[in-house]
Amino acid sequence: MMLRKFKPIPLIISFLMIAAIIIVIVSVEEFYEGIKGAIVLIVSADPEIMEVTLRSIYISGTATALAIIWSVPTGLVIGLGDFAGKDFVRGIFNALIGIPTVALGLILYLLLSSSGPLGFLDLFINPLGVAVGQAILITPMMISFTTSAVEAVEPDIKDLAKTLGASEVEAAFAVLKESTPGVSLAVMGSFNRAIAELGIAFMIGQNIRGSTRVLTTAIAMETGRGEIALSIALALILLVVVLSIGVLTNLLQRRLR
Amino acid sequence: MHNDAGAENMKPKLGTWGLVIIIAAIASTASVAGTFYYLQAFSRQKLVVATTTSLYDTGLLDEIEEHFEQKYSIDLCLISVGTGIAIQFAQRGDADMLLVHSPSQELKFLQDNYGVNRKIIAYNFFQIVGPYDDPAQIEGFSIAESLSKIVSTGRNSRAIWFSRGDNSGTHTKEKALWSAAGFNWTLLRDETNWFRETGSGMGKALIVANELEAYTLTDIGTFLAYSQDTSNLVPNLKALVSQEAELINVYSAIAANKTTNSNANFEAATTFTKFLLSKEGQQIIENYGISTYGQPLFYPAVELLKSNTEPIAQMIKEYGYFDGSECPPQYRYGHPELYS
Repeated sequence: MMLRKFKPIPLIISFLMIAAIIIVIVSVEEFYEGIKGAIVLIVSADPEIMEVTLRSIYISGTATALAIIWSVPTGLVIGLGDFAGKDFVRGIFNALIGIPTVALGLILYLLLSSSGPLGFLDLFINPLGVAVGQAILITPMMISFTTSAVEAVEPDIKDLAKTLGASEVEAAFAVLKESTPGVSLAVMGSFNRAIAELGIAFMIGQNIRGSTRVLTTAIAMETGRGEIALSIALALILLVVVLSIGVLTNLLQRRLR
Repeated sequence: MHNDAGAENMKPKLGTWGLVIIIAAIASTASVAGTFYYLQAFSRQKLVVATTTSLYDTGLLDEIEEHFEQKYSIDLCLISVGTGIAIQFAQRGDADMLLVHSPSQELKFLQDNYGVNRKIIAYNFFQIVGPYDDPAQIEGFSIAESLSKIVSTGRNSRAIWFSRGDNSGTHTKEKALWSAAGFNWTLLRDETNWFRETGSGMGKALIVANELEAYTLTDIGTFLAYSQDTSNLVPNLKALVSQEAELINVYSAIAANKTTNSNANFEAATTFTKFLLSKEGQQIIENYGISTYGQPLFYPAVELLKSNTEPIAQMIKEYGYFDGSECPPQYRYGHPELYS
């Protein structure tokens, strides 16, 4: 365990990726200029940028919290269960991970728009509507990853707990405890997918200033308006949010392992 | 891994707590922020206005929104889309009001009973812009001649035309101009080697046309906003044909019809329409952009149509009036003061 073998390929690839990002930043003049403007905007805590950032985190955070409520128990049940059609169910959720956000956005728009069947909920052009849409988007991902995490620990722990006299439910909790690193990876990954998506935020939220404008829709709009510095500032913030969630996941997993 | 039974018991506990804390943090942030939003969203009534991209991309509506929200406790929600989609939004009951610039589509909207109380609020002109070397040599020619020149040059692969292709007001105007010049947009569309479509808003279409040194039809406001900014976003493009009577561009406000869409916030829509027609609203339109671009992007229409002395008023009426009125009586609903 103490003596680690030196494996050059993963290291080389990760260095190459970092180098590529730096080269892109340095070589694209607009990006370089934009970053300067962007840093000024971020440092000066431009109220509009702050608002959009906090709203993005709020909407996607709500989406993640909502999705946890139904996805983690479902994943646990699938992972622990041994029922007919289990592979089929798993296959469905695995396939749905890649659902295109615009397709889901379009379906949700037709459902939630005033004349749609769910129009009475008043979720169209509403931040909560975006959160609900994103929660639906990340559900398959969270279920699949939770299932995998649970399955990875299941046989030993469940049997051990049962031998020690635990009930079925207690055994399930013991498994959930053991699979915490995997489940937290599922949660964090889902949050990142939600905050980085554009299709649902655009089609359900419609990018209303002060109400449903989030980082991704603001980036798309400001680029179209030619406000490059502002776009870059927003893109940098989005990157920082997503990357810090990644780092946090990493730290948490190490700690829990 | 399993080296110590004590540690084995400790670690899962930490893990569970970690998960619980994450969930709690996310949920509590969500609920606090949710309450905040709830209060903000419902303390003021909401007015959803679907607007053409040219009014929004130029920044005019941001300025109008600021002044309007200072004065009234109405939360203005602006959706920036093409006229075609804007009309769809109102038909589906998702928008309370339209700010659009496509008289033929507007008339149909009124006839279908979806909208009432149309008022013309502003005007400017469309322009044909293109690359500086002007391969089709259209500068100074009439609009019909220019378009046929672009077609023949395009067919020789020496020019590219960009169409919006999104059923917006500008796109509708473009189709009408092609018909007037003796072409059929639907047929031209198939000549994809030079006739291209962006399917996006005006600003993005200009940026794409600039990138490929192509010709396109634009409203003057968006082009000025993009070309005379401190950083010129469309350095390869130049206005080539403008200020012709056929190129007039008329913006109007239409409220959603309460009788066909019971959810429509008709009162707030009327308040906003009146604000746009008021001296203050018209002044914002008149002055917007002068300090940045050296000339206004839009011109107010209310006083002009009232005094009716200048030839331009005649042009607006010919293009933007239906049966000699900006809104024939059968499409009006209450508020006669709007038309006095």
